[in-house]
Amino acid sequence: MKTLALFVVVITGAMLIYAGQDLPAFGDINSPSYQAPMTQYFIENSETESGVTNIVTALLASYRGYDTLGETAVIFTAGMAVMLLLRRRER
Amino acid sequence: MSRIQESVIIRTVVRIMVPFIQLFALYVIMHGASGPGGGFQGGVIFGAAIILYAMIYGIAEGKRKMSDALDKILASTGLTIFAATGLACIVCGGMFLQYNAVPLLPDPALVSKYLIDLVEIGIGITVLAVMISLFFDISPPESESEEVEE
Amino acid sequence: MSGIIDVVYAEYNYWIYVTLMMIGFYAMIAKKNLIKKIIGANIFQTAIFLFYISLADVTGGTAPILVGGHGGEHAEHVEHAAEVIYTNPVPHCLILTAIVVAVSTTAVALALIIRIYNEYGSIEEDVILAARRELQPEFSEHARQKGVAEVGEQ
Repeated sequence: MKTLALFVVVITGAMLIYAGQDLPAFGDINSPSYQAPMTQYFIENSETESGVTNIVTALLASYRGYDTLGETAVIFTAGMAVMLLLRRRER
Repeated sequence: MSRIQESVIIRTVVRIMVPFIQLFALYVIMHGASGPGGGFQGGVIFGAAIILYAMIYGIAEGKRKMSDALDKILASTGLTIFAATGLACIVCGGMFLQYNAVPLLPDPALVSKYLIDLVEIGIGITVLAVMISLFFDISPPESESEEVEE
Repeated sequence: MSGIIDVVYAEYNYWIYVTLMMIGFYAMIAKKNLIKKIIGANIFQTAIFLFYISLADVTGGTAPILVGGHGGEHAEHVEHAAEVIYTNPVPHCLILTAIVVAVSTTAVALALIIRIYNEYGSIEEDVILAARRELQPEFSEHARQKGVAEVGEQ
């Protein structure tokens, strides 16, 4: 059973490394994700549009604000779920 | 069965350190707009301060500082602040979370900055309350009657 | 030979994250202990986080916080700032939220394991399944019939 698991894991890792050959090199400024128009737009315009110098915060709270609201709801729900699962009855 | 007391050095150092950790957490939350930081990180640091206190002084003492009812109230308050900020933008004629639409100040970018700060505070409150409640829920149950006797 | 070394060195971040992912994946599927499975899932998630963060890096780039910020007060700084290279902010933002979800799922999983331990007195998968068969004979009956059906199909 453990041999089978090891086999599956090694096969997956070999496939990922094979696929990783096509990915951009570490720190490459010409990588597609950095040269994408959206990334350049965020770096150039985030301060004038949201008034925040930290681009990550501008993305997090302004451009992706709806997503962040969902994240906050997720941790709130996780807290409530753990409370429901573990808290003993007080009465 | 008595709870093992930590040594006096650890207790004193923790008592001194906790306020500074909390101050640092507030700095991280408020600094999210102009430097490294933000609501998630600062909330976790603030929660870690309370968790450190509860680990050294015992769960019951920690719950005296941060009761379960307060936890629930804070967790829902933070989420409400976030959602209310978004709804305020709708009321002022913009889209959901379009901060520029709120006519608080003449400069829309400055309004956006302050509202982002408000949103970060909301995130921080929720995260700190949830972190503390997770720790208290998962920690092993202590016999509370003995704690009262001490 | 030197060509292979160059390839490995240029993309060593992928090798590291693939290795971490393999460790986590192995722990998830081979270990019987539920806590170890959760640890494996966390290592797996960390590998994904590292992958994204390494994609964001740019050689010579600084953190994505605008140099000399605060609008027009430091106009000369802003002019100078046009030459600054920033790393990619988008993966940072994605991973910041993904870490929070990782913490939440880990907390819920640990809570479920605590409940399982309270019910069955063990966190070993074999013991739990055996206890469940003992408690519910129809469970093992169902599993046996399912196994027979699968054999029949083959």
